[in-house]
Amino acid sequence: MTKQIKLQVARYRPEQESEPVFDEYEVPCHSDWVVLDGLNHVKDQIDGTLSYRWSCRMGICGSCGMTVNGEPKLTCATFLDDYAPGPVRVEPLRNFPVIRDLVVDLGDFMQKLVRVKPWIVRAAEKPLSAGEYLQSPEEMDEYKQFSMCINCMLCYSACPIYGLDPKFIGPAAIALAQRYNLDSRDEGAAERLEILSEHEGIWGCTFVGECTKVCPKNVNPAGAIQRYKLNAALESVKSFFLPRGA
Amino acid sequence: MAHIAEHYTAYHPRWLRTHVSTYWWLRKRSYFAFILREISSVFVAWSVVYLLLIVYAVGRGPAAYEELLEWSRDPWVILVNVSSLLLVSFHAVTWFNLAPQALVVRFGHTHLPGSLISASNYAAWVVVSAIIAWTLIGG
Repeated sequence: MTKQIKLQVARYRPEQESEPVFDEYEVPCHSDWVVLDGLNHVKDQIDGTLSYRWSCRMGICGSCGMTVNGEPKLTCATFLDDYAPGPVRVEPLRNFPVIRDLVVDLGDFMQKLVRVKPWIVRAAEKPLSAGEYLQSPEEMDEYKQFSMCINCMLCYSACPIYGLDPKFIGPAAIALAQRYNLDSRDEGAAERLEILSEHEGIWGCTFVGECTKVCPKNVNPAGAIQRYKLNAALESVKSFFLPRGA
Repeated sequence: MAHIAEHYTAYHPRWLRTHVSTYWWLRKRSYFAFILREISSVFVAWSVVYLLLIVYAVGRGPAAYEELLEWSRDPWVILVNVSSLLLVSFHAVTWFNLAPQALVVRFGHTHLPGSLISASNYAAWVVVSAIIAWTLIGG
């Protein structure tokens, strides 16, 4: 007989409920089953009305972020067996509006992401005949860590500052801005700094550090923000002493 | 079962917006440690004020300094100062441990490990403390 484990899943059906309720499901607890497998089992075998997001099942797409026993987790990388004998409480990511069951609205992040220009900005493009923008492995190492972000939103869910002040641009967007700032091919650091030196930008962060702890890809957004603060402070000192630019 | 949402429409379902509890910092140990680190700033400020009081008293002469020492023997001043010592130490330790996240030091083609950056902070702390102790006690 296969070992079973109880899932307590938050359900929010706006046409029926004004507050979320918890439904309980018994699912098999195979040693190689992750929480997402448990949810898929519920969806396929027990209750097809359960709504949640998932796609790749291997920690790449960043779709299946949820709150598991109070902690933001990628459910495709969180083993059921680690919570045995259970129960396992599955809730939507915190700090986001819930659309239905475990599905949250990420529109706020998408708008903020565009504001920080997460792409290579050039003052003037080289002609095609001039060839590629070359980059050494050392130059790539400078930003590689920050380029691992999969936009899973676990960092926003863990960040109490974002929960308290949703205007805060937030960890992932700032880490992605830093990813392009550190790219040797990019020339957009000054443009990004204008946006990120606003009150809701880097200075909104009080360095709780939870974003880095919950990040499944070891991006270290907290580190990116602190490095950005140091940069911004140096830039403002420079502009004070060299008002016409160095 | 909760009642049916009044404002629900098929085309724009009512989203559930939750608010962060006032007591969010009690939810996790790390959140509590963060709040404690923030509160400890008040005690850092008090340490500075107390140091200035000492300097001011020394400047006014031995009688004023003796008066300050007498005031410092009050149980509540001792309590504030002992709490300050503990919380300022906590403040320093947490920031020293976080320093590697903000400081990236390159050494040729490699980055200096974070532990070395933290260790250099602790080393500076020990050296400065030793100099102050030597000046006050042994010098």
